Amino acid sequence: MLLEESEIRMLIYSIYEKYGYDFSNYSKASIRRRLIRILDLLEFNNLKELQSWLLKSNENFERFLNEVTVNVTEMFRDPTFFKSLKERVFPYLKTFPYTKIWHAGCSTGEEMYSLAILLEEAKLLSKAQVYGTDINTNVIREAREGIYPLKEMADYSRNYVRAGGKESLSNYYLAKFDSAIFSSHIKQNLLFSYHNLVTDSSFNEFNLIVCRNVLIYFDRELQAKVFQLFLDSLPPLGYLALGSKESVLFDKQRDQFEVIDEKERIYRKNGL
Amino acid sequence: MKRDIELIVIGGSSGSLDVVIEMLKDLEKDFELPIILVLHRLKNTRAYLADLFNRYCVLEVKEIEEKEEIKKGTVYIVPANYHLLIESDHTFSLTVSEKVNFSRPSIDVTFESAAIIFQEKLAGVILTGANRDGAAGINAVKRMGGLCIVQDPKTATMKTMPESAIQILGTPDYVFSPSEMTIFFKTLKKSNYAKEI
Repeated sequence: MLLEESEIRMLIYSIYEKYGYDFSNYSKASIRRRLIRILDLLEFNNLKELQSWLLKSNENFERFLNEVTVNVTEMFRDPTFFKSLKERVFPYLKTFPYTKIWHAGCSTGEEMYSLAILLEEAKLLSKAQVYGTDINTNVIREAREGIYPLKEMADYSRNYVRAGGKESLSNYYLAKFDSAIFSSHIKQNLLFSYHNLVTDSSFNEFNLIVCRNVLIYFDRELQAKVFQLFLDSLPPLGYLALGSKESVLFDKQRDQFEVIDEKERIYRKNGL
Repeated sequence: MKRDIELIVIGGSSGSLDVVIEMLKDLEKDFELPIILVLHRLKNTRAYLADLFNRYCVLEVKEIEEKEEIKKGTVYIVPANYHLLIESDHTFSLTVSEKVNFSRPSIDVTFESAAIIFQEKLAGVILTGANRDGAAGINAVKRMGGLCIVQDPKTATMKTMPESAIQILGTPDYVFSPSEMTIFFKTLKKSNYAKEI
């Protein structure tokens, strides 16, 4: 199906007017693809039908938001990244009596629980506050619950071992029927809340910001803006961790960071 | 028929590594058309594939980075566990959205996206493979006026993918063996090239 740019722009504008969510600087190619998928899923013939449906009620918009954002994630996605985080960044975190970490775009929380488990094994979790934020309140609710399909755990366990996990992943959850329910001990210092990288500003200063495979959905202009937001939210020598293919996007601000691990995309803000 | 091709996208699955090497190894430095390879791979494998191809190819082979611009004379590999989309300013966008045809990267996703942007200036190539990913994609290339090339199933280790492509297309523009493809690519190279960076 071919969607006209002008139709897409119109839809995006009407969403912004009514709900305050601004998708105008999202990747055009990605938005187009998501919209085609949504039309198919909800059985609409064109964007006009979709538009009048989603302007009708908040519930409809919530449903739309769930589908237009990508919430595909897994535990210890890219195990070597988590291993590097543990080896290169945790020693720095250990030098503080208390650390603040921001997981921007946490989605349903799988990567955040992965981080929490490694922090726990390094005895860092009890003296850390880990903030997970997302623009989608439905996924935040799921993240807060920390309940995942049990059938995924075999894969996640393999990732966990490759990430340098010390225990058995099953130590951290309770298997009940077909669910893996993560323990409240792991949840202790995790805080989930709504935050929109597009429209909201910095809300704290963090020793480490993790933002993986979120900026890929933005255009270059918005990517640069969010980078500034991260810069503003990092103290000197604070760490920034990106997705494994996200390096080109911050070329302009590159001189403000030191490369800690080129391959795993871990950077540190320059000192004063 | 004389066409000004600006981009070649190649999709392949099981059995396609050898085919790709055979196709790429004879392309010389002066070959300027950018090539994108969408190959099904194991997830969480890293850039080894680019290293492997670079051992055989004169052209630079690299894994795609988010928002990189398409440059001439370069062979791009879609990274494992991402889908690749093309923006109208000829930059790459990666996504980790749902698998398509049990695959990420999916050939359909990239072919459909590239077809919208490059239209008749796109050449799509479907190689050997054991599933049907790529059939809808090559059909999108056709609908947008692009050039459709399919590996001759007789030369394919796995015939499902090229046969599905031929079935959906009716008549592809060309059905080639791997070595015929290289010769054909060389005839394309003197036309207009990708955007000068």
